[in-house]
Amino acid sequence: MAVKVRIPTPLQRITNGQGEVACEGKTVSDLLTDLERRYPGIRERICDETGKLRRFVNVFVNEEDIRFLQGDQTPLKDGDDVSIIPAIAGGA
Amino acid sequence: MSYMIGLKCRECGRVYPKEVVFVCEYCFGSVEVDYDYDAIKRVLTKAALASRPKSLWRYRELLPIDGEPTVGFFSGFTPFFRSERLAEALGVRELYIKDDSVSHPTLSFKDRVVSIALTRAKELGFDTVACASTGNLANSVAALSAWAGLKRYIFIPADLEMGKIVGSLIYDPTLVAVEGTYDEVNRLCAEIGAKYPWAFVNINIRPYYAEGSKTYGYEIAEQMGWKAPQHIVVPAAGGSLVTKIGKALKELKCLGLISEARTKLYVAQASGCAPIATAIKDRSDIVKPVKPNTIAKSLAIGNPADGYYATKAVLESGGWAESATDDEIIEAMKLLAHDRAGRDPARRVHRALHHRQRAQDPGAHHGPAGEGRADQADAGRIRAESRASAQRRRGQTPHLRGLTPLEEERTWL
Ligand SMILES: Cc1ncc(COP(=O)(O)O)c(C=O)c1O
Ligand SMILES: [Zn+2]
Repeated sequence: MAVKVRIPTPLQRITNGQGEVACEGKTVSDLLTDLERRYPGIRERICDETGKLRRFVNVFVNEEDIRFLQGDQTPLKDGDDVSIIPAIAGGA
Repeated sequence: MSYMIGLKCRECGRVYPKEVVFVCEYCFGSVEVDYDYDAIKRVLTKAALASRPKSLWRYRELLPIDGEPTVGFFSGFTPFFRSERLAEALGVRELYIKDDSVSHPTLSFKDRVVSIALTRAKELGFDTVACASTGNLANSVAALSAWAGLKRYIFIPADLEMGKIVGSLIYDPTLVAVEGTYDEVNRLCAEIGAKYPWAFVNINIRPYYAEGSKTYGYEIAEQMGWKAPQHIVVPAAGGSLVTKIGKALKELKCLGLISEARTKLYVAQASGCAPIATAIKDRSDIVKPVKPNTIAKSLAIGNPADGYYATKAVLESGGWAESATDDEIIEAMKLLAHDRAGRDPARRVHRALHHRQRAQDPGAHHGPAGEGRADQADAGRIRAESRASAQRRRGQTPHLRGLTPLEEERTWL
């Protein structure tokens, strides 16, 4: 169940400079738990105190924003690409 | 002399040096430029302003650069005038238009943000600039970077209007047409941005870029005789313009240049892409992304970066939002054709909105922020685009709009 996770620049310090890491999980939520196990401290940067994804973080599974899928319960399968991207980007 | 202190997270208040930082490293909140307002207050007086050239750089102290401006000497200070015919048609007593459709050099308010972004990019040592765009920003980055002698990479959705594509290509950028929506182009840029030593104007140097929209607000107040209007209707895509107009008026109040800043802000979007208007009407601080489907392509951002801040600014001001269907936008284009403010569908959106809302209060102000080149938005093209939207609605793949041969285009006229 290897899933490739793309890490945004502000979090690369926690992943020892890596922009891409391999993780596991049946859902996005599981994946975040695994990510935290491998890179302690990363979860609180992506999620707020209540465990919800932060307002200014967008997560994509392959081509799609998880808000169009099942949020953090979006299922993952082997070979999926997950991207974590700052929401504050762009503007016409 | 610089009045820019540094950057500060709008959410958690963490401070950062005035370098290439665009989100808070801790909470991913938006970082904003922080100024020394006490020092600005001492120098930025009405008398000082009166003697300065009529460009956006007259508000230089309130703009995020350290040295002297190097780009966009003729941008900004666009006409501001009372529009009686439109006021009558809309049933409003007093109505003004702030007409950025004649903005130098590319006929949209994007020349404001780009002038600032490129001046700052040079200060930060970049020799290459880039952007993700729905069209207007592409044109402005292409033109002003050519002028500034910067290399340029421009990313657009492949189905942009031909006029917008030509408007960029003439300046010889590396133009990358991506099969996908603007939001997909933007995601691509956000992901590749860090890999290249480029100043992505609306990504990694966004805090500086976004400040440029404030000049729209400063000019409205100055051109009204140092007064803030009662209402301002603003078309929104990413939501930055309306947010920064609100900020501009607050700054002028804090500097003592206007006595009140109680302007109500209104957002106008196309029904086919109204994530911000929907959040405002739900009085929600959650902006749900949408898949855009509208002829108003300059406004077709389904996942607006500043949606949250725009919603907040509008609701706190006591304003509201409305969306207009493509048919209403086209009707508003016809109405506007009898006025003098141009024909970009993006701008028709807020005209249509106003038409529908029939704002009862006097002193309403309209902000058409886009260009009005007749060749880009003629009725035939609009019809063709409507057809493309309709095809998309039916699940068919529309033509690559930018590549439709002219002959075929004509059959739609
Ligand atoms: C003509 C025009 N008006 C208004 C807007 C909205 O600006 P913002 O993205 O800051 O909301 C845009 C671009 O996005 C535009 O091109
Ligand atoms: Zn923060």
